[in-house]
Amino acid sequence: MDKFTTHTGVGVPLRRSNVDTDQIIPAVYLKRVTRTGFEDGLFAAWRNDPEFVLNQDVYAEGTVLVAGPDFGTGSSREHAVWALQNYGFKVVLSARFADIFRGNSGKAGLLAAQTDEKVIQRLWTYLEDNPGGEITVDLESKTVRTADGSVEDSFDIDDYTRWRLLEGLDDIGITLGHEADIASYETTRPSWKPATQHV
Amino acid sequence: MGKTLAEKVWDEHVVRSTQGEPDLLYIDLHLIHEVTSPQAFDGLRLAGRKVRRPDLTLATEDHNVPTVDWDKPIADPVSKTQVDTLRRNAEEFGVRLHPLGDVEQGIVHVVGPQLGLTQPGMTIVCGDSHTSTHGAFGAIAFGIGTSEVEHVLATQTLPQAKPKTMAVTVNGSLPDGVTAKDLVLTLIAHTGTGGGQGYIVEYRGQAIEELSMEGRMTVCNMSIEWGAKAGMIAPDETTFAYIEGKPEAPKGADWDAAVQHWKSLRTDDDAVFDAEIVLDAAEMTPFVTWGTNPGQGVPLGATVPDPDDFEDATDRTATENALEYMGLTAGTPMREIKVDTVFVGSCTNGRIEDLRLAAEVIEGHQVAEGTRLLVVPGSVRVRMQAEAEGLDKVFLAAGAEWRGAGCSMCLGMNPDQLTPGERSASTSNRNFEGRQGKGGRTHLVSVPVAAATAVRGTLSSPADLVPATV
Ligand code: SF4
Repeated sequence: MDKFTTHTGVGVPLRRSNVDTDQIIPAVYLKRVTRTGFEDGLFAAWRNDPEFVLNQDVYAEGTVLVAGPDFGTGSSREHAVWALQNYGFKVVLSARFADIFRGNSGKAGLLAAQTDEKVIQRLWTYLEDNPGGEITVDLESKTVRTADGSVEDSFDIDDYTRWRLLEGLDDIGITLGHEADIASYETTRPSWKPATQHV
Repeated sequence: MGKTLAEKVWDEHVVRSTQGEPDLLYIDLHLIHEVTSPQAFDGLRLAGRKVRRPDLTLATEDHNVPTVDWDKPIADPVSKTQVDTLRRNAEEFGVRLHPLGDVEQGIVHVVGPQLGLTQPGMTIVCGDSHTSTHGAFGAIAFGIGTSEVEHVLATQTLPQAKPKTMAVTVNGSLPDGVTAKDLVLTLIAHTGTGGGQGYIVEYRGQAIEELSMEGRMTVCNMSIEWGAKAGMIAPDETTFAYIEGKPEAPKGADWDAAVQHWKSLRTDDDAVFDAEIVLDAAEMTPFVTWGTNPGQGVPLGATVPDPDDFEDATDRTATENALEYMGLTAGTPMREIKVDTVFVGSCTNGRIEDLRLAAEVIEGHQVAEGTRLLVVPGSVRVRMQAEAEGLDKVFLAAGAEWRGAGCSMCLGMNPDQLTPGERSASTSNRNFEGRQGKGGRTHLVSVPVAAATAVRGTLSSPADLVPATV
């Protein structure tokens, strides 16, 4: 996982609350055998609507999703996080996240930044007044600000996830940090334990 | 204070233990199949990681594969892609794979034990909930999700919070004609589907000790159906005899060292379980399900329950819903329920003893008019063994279908599916709505009940059959 310190990118206003993972990516898109390529299913139903925000050229390079409260509820599918990442999103800002979605995000390296509902409202206003405007999300100082400085505020994230993102450590990365323990355990395994391959 | 079997095996696998963090457990064997592994391999690829221990990893194709025409390309494109992907991943990451057509191919939980890879005191994981099957050997074995599959591939470890332990003691002996499947279905009806939540369960007592290894696997297989994290049985002479001589079993001095260690894998007399259940095997009878979860079962001699029999409002509603889905009327004797399809197979009951038992019941009889019998061996080895014993001829003579190895109608991911409203008696483990095909109605049964049902066309036990005219 790449280290996440600060990110600046085009903000995308998603004026909806209770965006569940079925809306983020419908089940029919889950048959893929890769962890990539899920961007085609991202918000699939809404993308049929030409007015939908992601269908507007100005947001084509969007990387910071500014969403309504209760984002990521419903099914536990990890594919929802993958779809957002595959599309290019690095950050989702919302006043409230579903627990499982937040957990999956942390595992996969998507920053789920929780901020006050009023801040979300002001970000939406900024983005609609300045389509294609950029937002900077600084994980070190836990702050979010618009390019023109009209909005600048703090966001929340739990310390453990913040630490892992800053260090670029996924669960596997953390375990690999215990390589010495694993290697030393392996020297104690009895020789008669079975193996699937023999050299 | 002494330790339970589960605690002993757990403690032997702790790589790292820190206050406030889950234990990091070493995994002795990682089993893989085509459905839950593709994203895990892709994750490794994206991160530039390798499989840490390909020599502790084994892949087979089972969930998706056809059980007819297995020498032809797979017809369903989605299944074919998943199978092809597994083959590519196994090749790229150096994982041993037993593909369709290989003599060791089969259901992952049948293949591990038959190769001798499943041994006492191991930790075994697989991206499949019925990994609990391997606990029959005194291993800690449980199912994991795709992210965890990737974690194990990359590190050969898994962070895990230590579960509580439970003892299920089954005293006495099972009566004639009552099998391990009846035992575990009775247990699940007794505890409900959530009764084992949070526990590693140790099955013990006379009835368990008297089971063959295959019967023990049937019991442990269904641990997950009552919510247990894992099920285990202490290894004994039955276990050792089963393993000895298998292809991957220890040999020579290694064998002696292994057995010496395995003998220590017993719950100490002064160990304390967090919970205990005691059952009497002598009271058990052939047991079948009427509903849409494995806990909704009754003795074959009973009737379909009435929602009003249940005090709890939730149970009442659940019963009403299940009866409606199953198309059953309260008060109907179970024996009068007409069955369209009988499925003998799966990682619960698709091993050689199961096929022998089915053949014994069916020999000299014919499958009833309007009923079909599908016999699907759990692995190619099982199929070959059955054919060497002439069991295939018995099935074919009775009018049954004799198939190739795989999961097949257990989950209906391949073309072996029920049609809407079709009713099955199935030796598998899940009777969820739509599990065996959209709208399909499943009754979970033992092997002898399945075979007798095929002959009579209604739920039956071998005792209901007129003696065969051989
Ligand atoms: S036979 Fe059924 S339960 Fe067993 S692994 Fe296959 S699908 Fe799962």
